[in-house]
Amino acid sequence: MSAVAAGRQLPRALEQVRRLGASTRGGVAWCGRATRIFLLTLRVLPLVLARPAMIVRQLYAVGVMSALIIMVSAFFVGMVLGLQGYNTLVLFGAEESLGVLVALSLVRELGPVLGALLFAGRAGTALAAEVGLMRATDQLAAMEMMGVDPLRLVMGPRFIAGVLSLPILVALFDVVAIYGGHFVGVGVLGVDDGVFWSQMQSAVKWDDISDGVIKSAVFAVLVTWIALFCGYDSEPTPAGLGQATTRAMVSSSLAVLGMDYLLTALMFD
Amino acid sequence: MNHDGTNALVQMRGLSFSRGDRTILGDIDLEVRHGKITAIMGPSGCGKTTLLWLIGGQLRPQAGMVTVDGLRVPELKRHQLMALRCRMGMLFQNGALLSDLSVYDNVAFPLRENTDLPESAIRDLVLLKLQAVGLRGAVGLATSELSGGMARRVALARAIVMDPMLIMYDEPFAGQDPISMGVLARLIKTMNHALGLTSIVVSHDIHETCDIADYVYVLADGRIKGQGPPQELLQSDDPWLTQFLHAKADGPVAFHYPAPDLGKELMP
Repeated sequence: MSAVAAGRQLPRALEQVRRLGASTRGGVAWCGRATRIFLLTLRVLPLVLARPAMIVRQLYAVGVMSALIIMVSAFFVGMVLGLQGYNTLVLFGAEESLGVLVALSLVRELGPVLGALLFAGRAGTALAAEVGLMRATDQLAAMEMMGVDPLRLVMGPRFIAGVLSLPILVALFDVVAIYGGHFVGVGVLGVDDGVFWSQMQSAVKWDDISDGVIKSAVFAVLVTWIALFCGYDSEPTPAGLGQATTRAMVSSSLAVLGMDYLLTALMFD
Repeated sequence: MNHDGTNALVQMRGLSFSRGDRTILGDIDLEVRHGKITAIMGPSGCGKTTLLWLIGGQLRPQAGMVTVDGLRVPELKRHQLMALRCRMGMLFQNGALLSDLSVYDNVAFPLRENTDLPESAIRDLVLLKLQAVGLRGAVGLATSELSGGMARRVALARAIVMDPMLIMYDEPFAGQDPISMGVLARLIKTMNHALGLTSIVVSHDIHETCDIADYVYVLADGRIKGQGPPQELLQSDDPWLTQFLHAKADGPVAFHYPAPDLGKELMP
């Protein structure tokens, strides 16, 4: 390689290293800011709880408005599980265990994960866009200039609403999806109704349900906080708003999937 | 008189502020006197709005000090800063009305959050402030139903509802039609005298601002280029001030962005 060619490549290689360093530093700084604002928000939560009307309004926007998409998706997921499970189990003459397969898959894994991903897509992006728009139109700055803490009035109620909503939505997802599996397995493919329910009842333990509830609660904190912070920390421009919404969806989905592995490893260790 | 014996409500001494390597404001000395309308003018991006954010404590300077009513703003704790902000009003460039609240609830917002007043008293105060800006009839409207000028007047009513000592206007005339501009200028002047306020108007609309201001600072490149009563400044023979205040296309601020010689570029 000639010296000139080497001279050209060296700065390019250094530029790559510089970019890597800058993006790593940016990521660490983002996590630091998110943690700091998270702790400040936790500090004002008692004040938020003293005004339940604000939380109820957000519960409607975040939770109730997400219920329909969660239920429709859950029914389809349950139908697919019923169909796939039946086709596999029938090969071994074990189609009576369809109820167990559907219920355990949903309660332990699919319910919390798919519920959280759908929640991130419906409520998370809405939260990021709403708070980001408030940032872009100086509404958050205006509150601060009026001596009102936006963490108490904007972030706190939405955070509590998200954390309360997702576990309930996941429970709803599980129930509707089980009925979806029942519809295909029992209604269409002819599995015995009594066997479907009794096998499920005997195989699903309280630990399975509590593990699912713990997962959904952890995912609720992750998804809601990431979405809120993406909006709060967004650039006050139209492009910044779009980036905040995308980042909320991508980051919270990755966080849910990564945390799911960690929690599963801890729970079934 | 202030705690330190001067008549200044806001004081800046040797104030500098930078973002990264870029200096936004450098070594600024500025005073805003009690009961007066002080204008801060300058070209876009010269740091006028940053100056307001430094006064409101939303930004901290790298050097120098800003005091409001004798309080050293960058050194205040969060709760002290919030208490000070309750005595200040700010009118944002776009109004910054809370989009999910009605006109009434927007104006009532600071009272509900910062005081224990009964709803009947809040209602009376809101109606009085809306009457002062000529929008009592719009009390039931949603913010999405307001024109740009109306939104700013509602924001003005909200800014004065706590009877602040200081009110800061960030580009109040930007993007307004002549009628709205005239209405806003008259309101700023009337409010200042009727309510005994002190006002800071940040703007680059020369005529409207000079009509109402008692004292003007002209800012450019992060420094104060000129200061004085508006009539004095308008008659200044400083070439930069003359170009800016009389809106001349060419002068010390060149019309052309720096570029290589045109002849050489066209015929290399």
